Amino acid sequence: MNLRAIQTIYLFEMDRMRRTVAQSVISPVLSTALYFIVFGSAIGSRIEEIDGVAYGAFIVPGLMMMTLLMQSVSNAAFGIYFPRFVGTVYEILSAPISAMEIVIGYVGAAATKSLIIGLIILATAHFFVDIEIRHPVWMLAFLILTSVTFSLLGFIIGIWADNFEKLQLVPLLVVTPLAFLGGSFYSIKMLPEFWQTVTLFNPVVYLISGFRWSFYGQADVAITVSLSMTFVFLVICLAVVWWIFRTGYRLKP
Amino acid sequence: MQPILNVSGLSKTYDSGFQALKQVDLAINKGEVFALLGPNGAGKTTLISIICGLVNPSAGSVSVDGHDILKDYRAARGLIGLVPQELTTDAFVTVWQTISFSRGLFGKRKNPEYLEKVLKDLSLWDKKDAMIMTLSGGMKRRVLIAKALAHEPQILFLDEPTAGVDVELRRDMWEVVRVLQQTGVTIILTTHYIEEAEEMADRVGVISKGEIILVEEKAELMRKLGRKELTLHLHEPLDSLPASLNGHDLELGGEGYEIVYHYDTQGERTGITSLLQDLGDAGIRFRDLQTKQSSLEEIFVSLVRERK
Repeated sequence: MNLRAIQTIYLFEMDRMRRTVAQSVISPVLSTALYFIVFGSAIGSRIEEIDGVAYGAFIVPGLMMMTLLMQSVSNAAFGIYFPRFVGTVYEILSAPISAMEIVIGYVGAAATKSLIIGLIILATAHFFVDIEIRHPVWMLAFLILTSVTFSLLGFIIGIWADNFEKLQLVPLLVVTPLAFLGGSFYSIKMLPEFWQTVTLFNPVVYLISGFRWSFYGQADVAITVSLSMTFVFLVICLAVVWWIFRTGYRLKP
Repeated sequence: MQPILNVSGLSKTYDSGFQALKQVDLAINKGEVFALLGPNGAGKTTLISIICGLVNPSAGSVSVDGHDILKDYRAARGLIGLVPQELTTDAFVTVWQTISFSRGLFGKRKNPEYLEKVLKDLSLWDKKDAMIMTLSGGMKRRVLIAKALAHEPQILFLDEPTAGVDVELRRDMWEVVRVLQQTGVTIILTTHYIEEAEEMADRVGVISKGEIILVEEKAELMRKLGRKELTLHLHEPLDSLPASLNGHDLELGGEGYEIVYHYDTQGERTGITSLLQDLGDAGIRFRDLQTKQSSLEEIFVSLVRERK
C-alpha cells in the first residue's frame, strides 16, 4: 500500500478546496442558508407541521442531504476530470500506485469536502430554525456513507465525461431533480398513492428519509430499508469503479 | 553491459484496429543515452506510454531492472521518470508544490535537499515559488523534467523534449540532458530531429511503422552506413574525366572545377591513395579538397526508403 501517495493526492485535493474556498464552500453554504430563510423562517411559519415537526425544521435534513449529494458528485467529478482534461493525469497513471489508492485519494478528499460543507450547513441551520438530533451517531453515519457513495458516483462521471458539458449534465439533469423529488421539501406520504410508488424508485428518497429519521425519529420508509438501499448504491458504484480500472475505460487505451 | 530495460515481443493494436507496434524487441543499457528516432506516427510515444503504464500492451512484455511492468508495476514504475511530449502541468500551484506532489505520488519520503538540487540543476531554483502558469514554455518543460526527476528515477524518458522549442532552447535542453547523464541516469529520448540524436545519443534506434528497423551505436551507425564524399577543387576545369580514372567512382561537377569521389568509410581501403596517385599521373592538379560525411538524416531517409 502506497500510503504516502494516497496522502499526497488527498492533501493536494484538499489544498485545491482551500484555494477555491469561495466557490467550493461559501457558495453551497450560502445557497442552502437562503432556503432556510425563505422556506424555514419566512414561509415556513405559515405551513403546517409535518409529522409533528415544524416545517422549517423538517426541511433541514433534506436540504443538507441535497447539498451533500450535489457537492459530492461535482467535487469528485471535477477532481478527476480536470487532470484528464489538462493531461496531468499521465503522472497519476505512471506512478507506482494501485487503482484503489487513486480512488481513496480522490474520493476521500471529495467526501471530506462535502462532509465539511454538510456540517457547516447544520451549524448555519441552527441560527434560523430549532432542530434536534435524536440519533447523532446515525446522522454522522448517514452523512459519511452518502458523501462517500456520491463521491464515487462523481468519480465515475469524471472518468466518463469527455467534455465539460457532460461533466455538468449528470449533476444538473439527474441529481438535482432526484434530490428535489426525493422528499427534501415534503414527506412522500403527502403524495397521491401512485406517485408514492413511483417515488420509491428514486434512490434519494431512502437517503433523505433515513437522514431525517436520525434527526426527528420520523421516516417515510423503514430505517433498515434506507440503510440497505444506500449500501446497495455504494456497492454498485464500487463495482463500476472496479470495472473502470480493470478495463482502463477512458483512462488507458 | 547489463540492460536496465528489456522490451520483448511488444505489440500494440489500438481499438481502432491501428497496429502501432509490431513485435518490438529492445534492450537499453544502464547509464546510456538512447535516442529513438522515427517519423511522426512511427510508434515512439506508444512504446514509451506502454513502458510507463499509460497504455495497455496487446502482447509481449517489458521489464525494468528485472521487474515486469504489469506483475511488478510498483517496483518497475518507481524506477522510471516520464517527461511527456505535451506541456501538461498544473496551472495554479507553485513549482515547489508540483514537484513535492510528484515525489509523494511515487511514495518517496520528503527530501527538500534533493529537490533543491534538482531545481538548481535545471536552473529553476529562483522560480520555486512561482505559479506554474506564469512560466514560459521552456521553463514549463524544465518543470516537467523536475517532476519526472523528483522521485530519483534510474531511467528518464524524454518524449520529444524539444518539439516546438526554438533553437536556443533546444541547445539549452541538450545541455540539461548532458548534465543529467553525468548523474548516472539512463536516458531514453524520442525525437524526429536527427541532429538531436546525433548530438546527444550514445546509441540510436530507428523505428518506422511500429517496427524497430535498426539499433546501433551512433558512431558505428555513422561509420557503417555513412557514405563519405571527397570533393577535389581543381586548378583547371575539365571537359570530361580522363579514361585513366575510369576505375574510380567519380563525378565531375562545379562546371568542371570539381571532382567528387564517393567511398565507404567501412571498407579497409577507401581508395583515396590510388585515386590521388592516378590524378597525379593524369596531370590533374587541385588547389583544395574537402570531405563530408552523410548525416544521420540522410542515413535515416535511406533506411526508411529501403523499407518501402
